Amino acid sequence: MSDHNHNHAHGHDHGHDDHGHGDHSDGSHVHGSMKDYVIGFVLAVILTAIPFWLVMNHVIEDPATTGFVLLGFAAVQMVVHMVYFLHMNSKSEGGWNMLALIFTVIIVVITLAGSLWVMYHMNHNMMPTMEGHTPQQMHDMP
Amino acid sequence: MSDIHVTSAGAMSADPSSRYLVREHHPEHGTMLGFWIYLMSDCLIFACLFATYAVLGRNYAGGPTGAELFDLKLIALNTAFLLFSSITYGFAMLSAKVKNKGGTLLWLGITGLFGLAFLGVEIYEFQHLIHEGAGPQRSGFLTAFFALVGTHGLHVTFGAIWLVTLMVQISKHGLHAANMRRLNCLSLFWHFLDVVWIGVFTFVYLMGVLP
Repeated sequence: MSDHNHNHAHGHDHGHDDHGHGDHSDGSHVHGSMKDYVIGFVLAVILTAIPFWLVMNHVIEDPATTGFVLLGFAAVQMVVHMVYFLHMNSKSEGGWNMLALIFTVIIVVITLAGSLWVMYHMNHNMMPTMEGHTPQQMHDMP
Repeated sequence: MSDIHVTSAGAMSADPSSRYLVREHHPEHGTMLGFWIYLMSDCLIFACLFATYAVLGRNYAGGPTGAELFDLKLIALNTAFLLFSSITYGFAMLSAKVKNKGGTLLWLGITGLFGLAFLGVEIYEFQHLIHEGAGPQRSGFLTAFFALVGTHGLHVTFGAIWLVTLMVQISKHGLHAANMRRLNCLSLFWHFLDVVWIGVFTFVYLMGVLP
């Protein structure tokens, strides 16, 4: 089988040129190198430790600022995992992987941002009923 | 479109007889892309659960809040377990790459143990919460919490079952092409769960304890 030949030819090769061969290989090809995994792991540990340290030691006073900083770290760490562990790049599977990912990210952003936006305004507008106002009072509200 | 380009490049670089082999490669190609699309649809499930939590996460109904319930040291431990299991899976892949069957099985075993440790801590946490009267029926916040974190835990459980199945297959049949493909798919699944966990510990736990 050509599978086996292919693997033996490149099997002991730890270099970065592996990525170039990944495009036309079958599922038996393995991406990534020791260096990739170690860099990814070290970055992930740093990007995990800082948010925990920020929250556990109350480093930043303002909760809203802390929240945004945490989300920023999470976004960066997700990209690190995608690149170093999931080996995402624009060339794998002829670019279709990346296309599916971009599509998913767009849908996820619409789902999250849309839900928060709509529900925040609904909460805002419906709040009087929860405080015991009558429907007539609701109607009279601006 | 780009597939055609890749196939022709592959055919030209090899001898003419590999034209048939290039065709045989096609289904293998499809598996990885198909599995990736499954993962993306899984992403959408998690997006819905995250959106639910984002909306309901502060509706305590007079019950306990995240700041009162969450033990961040436990979560840090769990995060470490999952992160270690990610890199040990990477080592298993590197062993498989050089056809080291024993090494692959060893690293897969270690990955499985980290996965089980994660599940053990999570089950302990859930049991503790329910015992304290903070079960999923207590408030909107806890319903959303159990739905999101529970779904992630369920994924890890099935990942662990798959891992054990794959270890049995590799030890019986070795690292042939089909097992390598399965190993690649599980690699995507396992690392994907770690990516989801980044969202969980940031959005649910760390932001949950903020005032």
